[in-house]
Parts: sequence; C-alpha cells; structure tokens
Amino acid sequence: MAPFLGLLRRDLRLSLRQGGEVGLVLGFFVLAVLLFPFGVGPEPELLGHIAAGIVWVAALLAAVLSLDRLFAADHADGGLDLIVLSASPLEVAVLAKIAAHWLTTGLPLTLISPVLAVFVDLDPQAIPVLMLGLLIGTPALSLLGAIAASLTLGARRPGVLVALLVLPLYLPVLIFGTGAVEATLTGEAAHAHLLLLGAVTLAALALAPLATAAALRQALD
Amino acid sequence: MEPARSSESELVGERLACRRGERLVFAELDCRLAAGGALVLTGSNGSGKSSLLRLLATLLIPDSGELLWGGVPVAQDAAHYRAQLHYVGHLDATKPALTPRETLGFWATMRGTATPAIDAALADFGLGAVADWPCRWLSAGQRRRLALARLVAAPAPVWLLDEPTAALDRDGEACLAAAIAEHRAAGGRVAIATHQKLTLADADIIVLDDFAAPPEAAVAALW
Repeated sequence: MAPFLGLLRRDLRLSLRQGGEVGLVLGFFVLAVLLFPFGVGPEPELLGHIAAGIVWVAALLAAVLSLDRLFAADHADGGLDLIVLSASPLEVAVLAKIAAHWLTTGLPLTLISPVLAVFVDLDPQAIPVLMLGLLIGTPALSLLGAIAASLTLGARRPGVLVALLVLPLYLPVLIFGTGAVEATLTGEAAHAHLLLLGAVTLAALALAPLATAAALRQALD
Repeated sequence: MEPARSSESELVGERLACRRGERLVFAELDCRLAAGGALVLTGSNGSGKSSLLRLLATLLIPDSGELLWGGVPVAQDAAHYRAQLHYVGHLDATKPALTPRETLGFWATMRGTATPAIDAALADFGLGAVADWPCRWLSAGQRRRLALARLVAAPAPVWLLDEPTAALDRDGEACLAAAIAEHRAAGGRVAIATHQKLTLADADIIVLDDFAAPPEAAVAALW
C-alpha cells in the first residue's frame, strides 16, 4: 500500500508543480466546447439538443490529449525500470498512476462541466446527470487510455497513434454518457445508462491495469 | 541438485544467452556473485554489458539459461529477488521538479523501505548542500550522484550498476568507491558494467567479447 500511495502522491505533486499540464487540458476542454456555439450558431434549440454530446466529445479529446504524459516521462528518464523493480506489483503501480491521472484530468473536467453546459444551453435539469455521468465515466477514460499510452511507448509520434487506438475504445463511454443526458431531457430515467456506464468503468478497472502492465513490460524489453 | 547451487544468497547465472531483436548478443555466459563479491563487466561497445545487467535485474528475460538466487530460479519468485537488488542504469530517474530529498524518499518508499537513510545517503554522495533544490538545477554529475545515493538510502544486498562513473568527477568516484567498499564489507554484492579503470579489490572480471555469439549461429537461429 505504501508504494501505491507514494507513487500517487509523487505524480500529484509533479502535476501541481508543473501546473501547466492540468491547465492545458482544462483550457483545451473549455475552448473545444466554446467553439460549438460559434460553429453551429447560437440557436438555443439546436445547441441544447446536442449539448451533452459536445461536452462529452470535448472531454474525450481532452483526455486523449493528456495521455502522452502518463508513462512517457518515466519511460524516458529510466524511472519505469525502477517502478517495475519496486516492491509493488506493476499492476498496482499502474493503478496508482492512472488514479493520479484521473485526479488531474477527469475530476477537473467533471467539476468544470456545469459551467460549460450553461454555455451550450443544456437544460439545467440535466446538468446533475451530465456531471454524474462524467464522474462515473471519466475514470474509464484514464483506464482505457493507459492501455493505449503504454502500447505506444517508444513510438515516434505517439500522440496521433494514441488517439487512433483509444478513441474507438471510448465509444461505449460516449454512448452511455450522452444517453443518460438524453434520457433526462426526454423525461425518462437516466439510471439505466448510468449503470451501464458504471459497468464500462468497472470492466476497465479490472482489465486495464493487467493489459497496461503487460504492455509496459514489453516496452522495457 | 549439486550442493553448489544451494549456497545461501548467491547470485548465479548459468549459460545465459541474450537476444536483442534478431541479434544474439552473447551466449553460454556463466557468472557467480557471492556475498561480499564483485563482478566487473567489461567489453567493447555493443558487447552486451548493459544487457547482462538488465538481465541480472530481471528487466530482460534470457533467451536461454537460468538465473538463480540462493539456489532457487529467480523466475519462481521474481518479487522476492527484486526486493534484493538495486539497479542503477544509464538514466538517473530524477524528475526536474522534485528535490533530491524527495526523490530519494520516493524511491525508498517504492522499495517498501519504512525508514530510509536519506540524510546519510545525501551526505555520502556530497549532496547535502543541494538536498532541497529542484533537480532541474543540478548538473549531470550531481544527478548521477543522486541516482547512486539510492543505493545507500534503501539497503539491498545486490547492486547492479551500469557505467556508474559516467559524468562523475574524481570526488564522486571516491564517494562511489567508499560506498561499494562499505557495502561489500557488510556482505553485499556488486556487479558493475564499465569500460573505465575501476579499482575494486579481488573482483571477478567478465569480458563480454569472449561470449559473443558467432555470426553464423545468429543467422542460423534466425532462419
């Protein structure tokens, strides 16, 4: 447990000291959402209709943008060797890094989403469901993203490759996340969508650390 | 099997072979590292010094042959064996935004060391004055010293050092030599890859070029 907490604390500390990274991801999220009113036009009807999709797609893209820093720095400075040799199973260490990633991307994105939802004219009644969906779904973005980030270690242009690998994996999260908001807007219950979203996150929680650890071992060979 | 195998806490490599990509780097390599012992790996560039160290550190899997710790194949209980070893590779594993003190504390935590000797480690490698600077202000030699200070901060019986004196000044080399001497006096073992003259008392020397696989063997294995 001590190695898990130690790694989590170090990654959070690094994110805070190099605060620009969190700021960049949040800035990208805000800008990507704010582009839509300009592109689509400010009719509230139309915007409000696609608002959940806008916020979710922007969140996915912002998450993808942040993935390259998940393992690349440790791979480049030799720290990954030491993490593999540490007292904690690699799967647990991976989970610590994913947790730190979520706390510095998924959580801030979730917290800022109500403001953006207002900008794209989402019905205020649906905002809690949007936030709850993001809260449940964004951990899956970090978990699935870790698989792609570890698979692309050592690739020459990892950024684009990560996006190509991970965006298809994000589809279920997007479908159930927006589905929950749609259901609320049409007066139905959202909890079926949220439960399915939770299932996706739990499945990712079970599988992603194993797959990521295997890919990291491969990257060191 | 034979009694030599069962000797307590001896690191033995038997007929190790290492493959990088399609190239067989070395083969039929035997090595032995007993308590208090030292192993110096030399050889020309590309002869496999670093690969052998990474292999001893379980970061690479041998193409053939076996690694034994205390007579037990390392593969049977890799976690136990990894807890016994320190690996200091080419890269220093320092983060520009963390201080040396934080760096040592973090890596000691990752090893599960409850009470790391951080101040002693910083003092041993002459880093006391810069202990609370961010690592981005440190020179290459100071970062090297910091990587080596990990050895002292969290004790482990086996040290695997890859070109440890690279970027070190004469004083740094003396710090390292003193740390190694103390480590060996306490029964520790050290394996060092180097092409510099290093004065280690009664060290076994392995010249990696002697174990280079003949080129035809490499081609035969490939096809």
